[in-house]
Amino acid sequence: MLKNMKKSTRSNIITYAMVIVAYIVMQTLVSTGSVTNLIQGLLVPLCAYSILAVSLNLTVGILGELSLGHAGFMCVGAFVSAAFSKINATSIENDLLRFIIAIIIAAVCAGIVGILIGIPVLRLKGDYLAIVTLAFGEIIKNVMNVIYLGVDSKGIHFCITKASDLNMESDGKIIINGATGITGTPHSSNFTIGVILLLITLFIVLNLINSRSGRAIMAIRDNSIAAESIGIDLTKYKMLAFSISAMLAGVAGALYSHNLSTLAATSKNFGYNMSIMILVFVVLGGIGNIRGSIIAAIILTLLPELLRAVNDYRMLIYAILLIALMLFNSSPAGINFREKYGIGRLLHKNGPDLSETAGTQRAHHVEGAGKKGV
Amino acid sequence: MAILDIKNLGISFGGLRAVDNFNLSIEKGELYGLIGPNGAGKTTVFNLMTGVYKPSDGIIMLDGENITGKNTVEINKAGIARTFQNIRLFKNLSVLDNVKTGLHNEFAYSTAVGIFRLPGYFKDERLMDEKALSLLKVFDLDGEKDYKASNLPYGKQRKLEMARALATSPKLLLLDEPAAGMNPNETKELMETIKFVRDEFDMTILLIEHDMRLVSGICERLSVLNFGQVLCQGPTGEVLNNPEVIKAYLGD
Repeated sequence: MLKNMKKSTRSNIITYAMVIVAYIVMQTLVSTGSVTNLIQGLLVPLCAYSILAVSLNLTVGILGELSLGHAGFMCVGAFVSAAFSKINATSIENDLLRFIIAIIIAAVCAGIVGILIGIPVLRLKGDYLAIVTLAFGEIIKNVMNVIYLGVDSKGIHFCITKASDLNMESDGKIIINGATGITGTPHSSNFTIGVILLLITLFIVLNLINSRSGRAIMAIRDNSIAAESIGIDLTKYKMLAFSISAMLAGVAGALYSHNLSTLAATSKNFGYNMSIMILVFVVLGGIGNIRGSIIAAIILTLLPELLRAVNDYRMLIYAILLIALMLFNSSPAGINFREKYGIGRLLHKNGPDLSETAGTQRAHHVEGAGKKGV
Repeated sequence: MAILDIKNLGISFGGLRAVDNFNLSIEKGELYGLIGPNGAGKTTVFNLMTGVYKPSDGIIMLDGENITGKNTVEINKAGIARTFQNIRLFKNLSVLDNVKTGLHNEFAYSTAVGIFRLPGYFKDERLMDEKALSLLKVFDLDGEKDYKASNLPYGKQRKLEMARALATSPKLLLLDEPAAGMNPNETKELMETIKFVRDEFDMTILLIEHDMRLVSGICERLSVLNFGQVLCQGPTGEVLNNPEVIKAYLGD
């Protein structure tokens, strides 16, 4: 059955199946009690990181622009959704319904911030774009650190100086307390919701790639001058990819924040380190390879925990594994190995796909010839 | 009426007058050649016509519509498609997808329809596949439709670029040195293809070329550009025997 489908459809089904199988395996392990508390606590962040990696891959791999501020959009989503949930903790009784609304609000707000930042940033290219997104990511994090938000019988109060400046009535409740952040967010996230959100993210990104808009975005990545010459509006499609990517990061933020009792915008959570970590997932998973992003996110999140047994050498082994993963991903020998024994090949029983192999060999030949011609 | 009418086109880059007082009129269905020594301003004329540069002065009329100063996307929608001197394909997309991007504005279902796979998606994608495949057949590329564009041999990449340009259903096709880097056999085949495209699609074609065999073989009329100015214009045979033209190419 898998053989007769289009290559892209087959590859997408493998990706969905991989996530679902991983979910079932994890759920079975958890219910039989063979997973440590530590790993159990990592399950929701794992889903959030996977969503972040997939969404950043849309910007870096599909649109082809290096963004270093992805954690900023996550930060927006996390704070907006957590504030919403805390404000409505009593007025919306149904936990799931409240969480779904919070996620939608997170996605919309992160998307709007994405568009606002995208307007100036997407005029730039390459290194410059990376530097400016890095700056915006830090700005968002630092703005979150000075926001005070409170609710009382008169409504919502807001200031950026200190909590006592909110001038609330005696029944007032502080929602966001500056650098201390949000405490007491309802604990609505769980592994199942996380996996469902990851599947939705995959659905959106993979379907986008295999549609008219996705082709336009990839055309811009490969050659913007040619894309323009055949009538593709560069600004529109760059903005589309960037804002969808930001929206999905907002969703990941909502998932992340509803898993924590205390949410503060530290540099570990939402700063530069986080953005780089997401980028590492994307790069090691293979730029433009959606399935790889998820695998890399899972491996690199679990690895430090699994290596606790060899505590002293933990970071040493982690670094060596990063290098090994990189070699497996991009060295010619690694690529060859995957072509022969990868998941796609194993399901495709007819052995190596000859047309494609022939194509690759030709590529080397043609690239050389092409250079001479131009 | 002429499909393309250019009057007094000119552009200056700082003190350099790259194109000056350029006039050109092409009839529908004509195969027109633009030749001239290196640096004469031929590609600049193409860039002016496709909105890459904004002309300093002059008017460009396409099929009765003034397209002067419009941007590249608008000009493509108005009906000019081009290929490039150095091939510009979407290297990482498949051959079929390269042509399908050319159909971008013809089957314009929205992003939401694409993401949520609403009924319009399947219908439009099927029509796009059919149309793209029929274009690939014309250029004998249908066998390689699933190859990555960068894996095609050089000659076929040139053909694919032409197929992609034709997918936008232009009124006028601009070819920038289509035979560059081709051997005599490939050039001969290319001449057949260009003629075939003109007849099959009833296309008007303006091409820049250095290969005089190709120019004299297929172009009906020529303009010769030298130092940004038109040296001579007319039927191919006359122009190529003009002593001024020979002097511009070979020197005194």
